[in-house]
Order: sequence, then structure tokens, then C-alpha cells
Amino acid sequence: MQINSIVCIKQVPDTTQVRIDPDSGSLIRQGIPSVINPYDLYALEAALKVRDSHGGTITALSMGPPQADEALKKAIGYGVDRAVLLSDRAFAGADTLATTYTLSAAIRKIAGELTAAGAAGIDMVFCGKQSIDGDTGQVGPGLARRLDLSQVTYVCSLLEVDAETRTVRAWRQREDGRELLEARLPVAVTITEACNPIRYAALPDLLWAAKAPVEVWSAGVLEVEPDRLGLKGSPTRVSKVFAPPARERGETLSGPDRPPNEIAAALFDKLAERGLVIGGSSG
Amino acid sequence: MPVGSGDVWVVVEQEGGRAEPVSWELMGEAAALARELGVRPAAVILGSTGRQLSRTAFSSGAEVAYLVEHPDLEPYTADPHCQALVELAEKFSPQIILLGATTRGRDLASAAATELETGLTADCTRLDIDTTKKLLRQTRPAFGGNVMATIITPHHLPQIATVRPGVFTAPQPVEGVSGETVVLKPHIKAAATAVKQLQFAPNPNTGVTLNGAKVIVAGGRGLKAGRNFALLEELAAELGGEVGASRGAVDAGWISQHRQVGQTGQTVRPVLYFAVGISGAVQHLAGMQESDVIVAINNDPEAPIFEVADYGIVGDLFDVMPAMIGEVKQRKLAAGGEASPALLKQGGGMRTKTGAGGGSE
Repeated sequence: MQINSIVCIKQVPDTTQVRIDPDSGSLIRQGIPSVINPYDLYALEAALKVRDSHGGTITALSMGPPQADEALKKAIGYGVDRAVLLSDRAFAGADTLATTYTLSAAIRKIAGELTAAGAAGIDMVFCGKQSIDGDTGQVGPGLARRLDLSQVTYVCSLLEVDAETRTVRAWRQREDGRELLEARLPVAVTITEACNPIRYAALPDLLWAAKAPVEVWSAGVLEVEPDRLGLKGSPTRVSKVFAPPARERGETLSGPDRPPNEIAAALFDKLAERGLVIGGSSG
Repeated sequence: MPVGSGDVWVVVEQEGGRAEPVSWELMGEAAALARELGVRPAAVILGSTGRQLSRTAFSSGAEVAYLVEHPDLEPYTADPHCQALVELAEKFSPQIILLGATTRGRDLASAAATELETGLTADCTRLDIDTTKKLLRQTRPAFGGNVMATIITPHHLPQIATVRPGVFTAPQPVEGVSGETVVLKPHIKAAATAVKQLQFAPNPNTGVTLNGAKVIVAGGRGLKAGRNFALLEELAAELGGEVGASRGAVDAGWISQHRQVGQTGQTVRPVLYFAVGISGAVQHLAGMQESDVIVAINNDPEAPIFEVADYGIVGDLFDVMPAMIGEVKQRKLAAGGEASPALLKQGGGMRTKTGAGGGSE
């Protein structure tokens, strides 16, 4: 039996370069390069690996501005069968609740098209464990609830899918260890960096993919209520953004000719002054 | 209005009767938020092995403990927990639900917020109440720690947030206090068993407890080799602390990932943090800049770690570290040697809000 998958992909700014404008207090995003959310590439690889052994199709799905089609073209280069970009002003400003509402409507539509063509619907939805810009990790579980999928997050090793019993086994990372879970299909999994990195895409594939068609869907083609989309459909609001509180730079205890034992004594004298350590040095 | 309407809840993350420390950190914070709102702080304990945890919940500030018992609640899987929490929230209408920003807390919060169609803010590092609007202001880092954002959920209830472990300090337990206990059996649909735990493999080195450590001596790429962590281990042992590491040192294979401090590791808040041979990438700073006192040792005077350090030492760590160890040994000897093994003052958790970066915006 074949496995049909969705891989959710988010185009994100290279977060190491995002800053707050100290004058306006707003985000500086201009001129910052966009990349595929790195965790999504682990999700994509996991989906490709399942398709390697079971066949079926992979649809890469993203929501974002028109230029997010770049990320989907890269996904085509890695070998996905189909790429769909949800792009509409009505989707703008969505928090994770509105995002999963919109993505789930698209996944239902894709599943409907598959069943209309005689295939089973969607068996697996792959997401990265979180995005590097929002860092929430909420989209995968949100899709699981909305689409009635088994929910397995923080997967550090995805084991074989058993198409006969329609189950999948995966190791899930926790703070205190790892747990082996068995989940019934259909399932939503979120993938961590402990899984396999993305395979190399062959250059001809990448060149072809650069020109490959990405389907762009607006709100009009989805079965959605307009009030539940974008900013309107988002219960959270960003009330303000600001630069992280700066710690004051402190004292330098070293000097050009100051020997290490003097530096060490000076440090512990300072710590004792602060009441952090007991006593003074005997020496 | 239903009973308990508008309370502030903490979902206690527990398994087999053992709670994650973040639960009590949040209980203290929930009590403060509830006081400000004039409502009650409550603990939600999912799973019947958690019954006796209600005592800890009361001693940590809870006035109500909801004991939610069902065989499908242990071991943890998302769906039964989500169903139980949603049922409880719909019945008792809390205005705020807090969970630890752990792999289980975030898993559960995401599912429950979707089901309740309300707002969820992940991985908060600060919470306070907008007293005029009676809203929870949820502050969190975004864009890899380069930006802080304050999020509100103005028109939906409950307001749900996950909070990073180690951000708040667990309150000193007040013995002998009790509260109202509510025992409930949730209705969990059978489909909830679609995910089964087959096996659990605990982390091999469970001895690492960076979270509660008062002193952390952390090393980075400047250590040059794994064996040089011995220098850090010695100073940490002398000070009764733990060894931490930057991602660079972990990626180099010099030390276990369980000791990693930073955005992709743990967030720590010790009294004293030594950054040894750590340059101070923003991802590392995100995990340690709430420390009370930071000491940085690095041979590069331009290293960004010095920007956040209270005491900077520009020099070769291989000269400075032995001198540190010698100094500590000398002081301990002077203070009574073996009889006083901890140089660090007892109760030295001087969590003064005046500490740099403490709570200013």
C-alpha cells in the first residue's frame, strides 16, 4: 500500500540577522535572506524516505507571500511530486491557530483530489519540530487536532511505516529520555534535527525545479470562513516587540601584566563583596 | 458563572507521581498572577499517580487541586491529555492556563489551544498582568533570541501560555496549608488510544541537573579538547556546581548534549555562571543571560560574551582556570577546610531584581 504525504514548509528569514531598529522599535527584516525553515528540511527528508520504501506521493505545502514559492521550488528539486503555495492577503497576519485552520483546509482539498483520483487520502503530515522565526512548534499538533490525526511531536528517529497494519513507529525526544511510540495512521509527525539531514539534490533536478510550476491557491479555492483567516482569525496579538534587555558590560579584571592568581583573588574578593561566597582569602 | 470561573491554572507535568520542577516554578507565578486578578490559583494534576502531588501544589501556592483520573492518562500521550484538559477547561472556565515549555507541555498546550480555539503563546520568559485590561501579557524571545515580543490574547479565553523551565523560581514550600480538592473522571473517547507508548529509554546520565544548579561552569570551543573539561569539573566540584557547555563544545563531541546551555539546549539561571572559552553567540546568551553573576574567561577581548559579563577576564583559560581552582581551595582551607565544603554561601540565591537584565524592558 502506498503512503501519501504532506510536508509543511515555511519560508523564514535567516533569524541570526533579524534585529530591532533601536529608533523605531520595529523589526528590521529588509534585506535579510530567506531560507527554508531548517527543521522542515528534516521533515522533508523523512517524507522522502517513507516514499522511497512505500511509494505514494508527497505534496509540499506552504503559506506565505508570493515569493515563498522559492522555498517550494527547492522542495521540488528534492523530489516532491507537487507543491502548493497558499497565498492571499486574507491569510496575512495569521497566528498559529489561523495558520492551522488554513493549512488544514488545503490538506482536506488535497486529500479530496487524491481520493477523487482513486487513491486513499493523506496518510502522513510531516512538519519540522518548530520554525526558527516563531519557535512555537504549534502547527504540527494543531493540524493533528483539526484533521483528526494521531499526534507525534519531537520525533528523533522515524522507524518503519507498516502499511498493512497502518501504523508507524517513532522515537520521540523528551527532556528525560526517548520514548518509542506506535501511532495509527493517519498521523501528524514533527521532526527534529536528530533525524536524517536532507539528501543531496542532483543539479539537473534543481535546475529543472527552478522553473517548475508551484500551484498558488487563494482563499477562494478553499472551503474556509473568511473570519477565521489571517489576522482576523488569530486570537493572539503582538502587543509590542523590543530588543532583549541588555546586560551592562561589567568590569575587566585582567590587565596586561596581571598574573592569573591575582586575577583569581580579585574575582573571589568581588564575589565575596556581593555576598555570594564566604570569607576573604588567607593569602 | 460556573464554579472556579476565571481561575489561574497550572497543568502539573507528572508521571508516576513525580512532577517536573517547572510545574512548581509556575505554581508560584500563578499564585502571584491570581492575586493580582483576585481569583484562585489552581493545580491541574492529570493521571491518578499524581494524587499525592496535591500536597506539594498547596504548599507551593495552589488553592484548588483538580485531580483528573483516567487509565488512558498514563503514560503521557497527547490526545487523552488534550481531551481531559479541554473537558476540564470547558467545565470550570479558567482565564489562564500555564504549562511548562517542555516537549510534553508544548505538545499538550498546542493541541488543547486548537481544540479550545484560543490563543497560545509558546516558551514565555516573563508573564505579567495588564491591570487595566485584566489581560495576561506574555513575553517571549523570537527570531532566535534577537527579539523579544509581548503577546496578548485580548478576546479569547482561556489565555494559554507555556513557560520556559528555569525562568521562575519555585516558591519555598509552606507546610501545613491545604486547599480544595476536586476529583474528576474525564470522558475520553476511545480513538484517544491511537498513539501508544511501547518503550521508554531514560537519558543515560541522569545526574545532570543544570536547572537547579547554583553554580555552572560552562565551557566552549576554547577548551580545545574534551579532556580539558577536567579543569571545569574541578572548579565546579569545588564550588558545588555543575559543568555546562556551549553548542560548539557539544557539536565537537567533547561533552554530552545534556549539558548544553542555550537556545537549543537548556535555559539556566544560576547564581554564578562561568563562561570559559565561550565566545557568546546570541543562541548561547539566550540560555544564560538571566544568571545573577556572569564571569567570562576568553582570550579574545572582542568576544561578545564580555558584553554580558559582570566580570571579564581576557586571558588564556589554561592559565586562569588553575589559578581559580587554587584560589577556591585556599579560601576553603581558610574558612575551615573539610568542615565547610561549600564555598558558596548557603541560601546564596540572591535573586535581586536589581541584577542586570533582571526585569527591565
